[in-house]
Amino acid sequence: MTNSDINRLKDKAFQAFGIFCTFIGLVVLGIFLFDIILEGVQRIDWDFLTTLPSRRASRAGILTAWVGTVWILVLTTLIAFPLGVSAGVYLEEYSRKNKLNNFLEINIANLAGVPSIIYGLLGLEIFVRQMRLGNSLLAGALTLSLLILPIIIVTTREAIKAVPRSIRDGSYALGASQWQTIWNQVLPASFGGILTGIILALSRAVGEAAPLIVIGALAYVPFTPASPLDEFTVLPIQIFNWTSRPQGAFQTNAAAAIIILLIITFLLNGIAVYLRNRQQKKIKW
Amino acid sequence: MSKRTNKLEAINLDAYYGDFQALKGINIAMEEKNVTAFIGPSGCGKSTFLRTFNRMNDYIEGFRTEGEILMDGRDIYAKEVRVDELRKEVGMVFQKPNPFPKSIFENVVYGLKIQGIKKKAILEEAAEKSLKRAALWNEVKDNLNKSALALSGGQQQRLCIARALAISPSVLLMDEPASALDPLSTAKIEELIYELKNDYTIVIVTHNMQQAGRVSDNTAFFYMGELVEYAKTKTMFTSPQDNRTQNYITGRFG
Repeated sequence: MTNSDINRLKDKAFQAFGIFCTFIGLVVLGIFLFDIILEGVQRIDWDFLTTLPSRRASRAGILTAWVGTVWILVLTTLIAFPLGVSAGVYLEEYSRKNKLNNFLEINIANLAGVPSIIYGLLGLEIFVRQMRLGNSLLAGALTLSLLILPIIIVTTREAIKAVPRSIRDGSYALGASQWQTIWNQVLPASFGGILTGIILALSRAVGEAAPLIVIGALAYVPFTPASPLDEFTVLPIQIFNWTSRPQGAFQTNAAAAIIILLIITFLLNGIAVYLRNRQQKKIKW
Repeated sequence: MSKRTNKLEAINLDAYYGDFQALKGINIAMEEKNVTAFIGPSGCGKSTFLRTFNRMNDYIEGFRTEGEILMDGRDIYAKEVRVDELRKEVGMVFQKPNPFPKSIFENVVYGLKIQGIKKKAILEEAAEKSLKRAALWNEVKDNLNKSALALSGGQQQRLCIARALAISPSVLLMDEPASALDPLSTAKIEELIYELKNDYTIVIVTHNMQQAGRVSDNTAFFYMGELVEYAKTKTMFTSPQDNRTQNYITGRFG
């Protein structure tokens, strides 16, 4: 065998290995989905979505859980969106290179890697105890907002960075102030990217159980919350609760709830992908 | 002919990017309603100099100037000067057409909207006037709501000129406005410059000697941050005084 033959063989071998690695992830996900759907899908009906939880598996529904999840989604968006985007705009547009900003940037990058349960402990101390919000929706949404802020800040900065210098120059040259330039040019041009980041961050928040369990969100809530200060539960907690029961019927319930949670996550991700594609088509620099 | 007044003037101007000195002791006076061309090899400081007249360099960290730049006799780097007010007087057109990703109409009226003008009638009138002035009106009048990004490069550049004119400046700075355009579009821009000098003081940076010869009244040759020679364009191109000028305009370096 010549050298070039060996190289070509290595090439082929690595290609095969790559395909194998790619498929491992997909296959595992596929088996998981198949298993869950097989077990849970026949449990999903109108009643399952519209009834309150119960000690009897066959009569338990996920009304409080999915309503709680929607509440959490909305509140978290309202809190994290303005905070994260403003911070991203500040860091990208206003902050000068100095030690304080360097310190901020490094820490924001680090925060994105902090385990979510730590955020739960933080939320428990600050929001539940110090601010006396109790184990309310608001406390939960604030905790999850902290959790996803770093993601939103980072994606906002990336989206803003993609707006070319020439657009800003054009705006400044016409007498616009920095804020006018950001508001009228930079933000509209980067909005698709920012929105994509926020939705991806939310789809992460939707799946979180650990930080909410820590702040005391309950698995058994016999009513749907009516205000941000009410107690609540969310789908992941309901799932966690059901999977820890010994009875098989609850396992089925959990599988059904997982399907609903997956649908919500896939929907959010789908919207993000759609927005990104539309943005890419609309603006070509 | 009445004596023309000096619109723009630089007195002993030095400019620095951090430790690097980009402009060295520039002295120049440019007459009102005239076209002045800045020529010189890349990195000679001509674009930096152009951008001092509307203070576009202010955003670059570490940039500073010493000496004075006067417009109508007033120092534009003085403390009380507001940059946004200055830029209403001094419009700028860039090397690469940079329309905003908005409609043609929104592009033209952007400067006015920034000033808080909201009345539709005023905006529409200004848009039409500016687009006519920039010789673009006939091509776009039926499509004012179309995206500016759908226009050709030459049209985009004329749109950028219209956008600059809409806020009624008295000075127009052009940084190689035709270098990214095809010959036909370039000709149109040059024609336009010829038209516009009746009302505006124009300063144009160009790499193209023929272009400088065609459009300008005076030419300034920069080299290594210095103003080497400044004269009537005809004089400069027929009998340059400095060796470096001669070598540059005859294409011996550049």
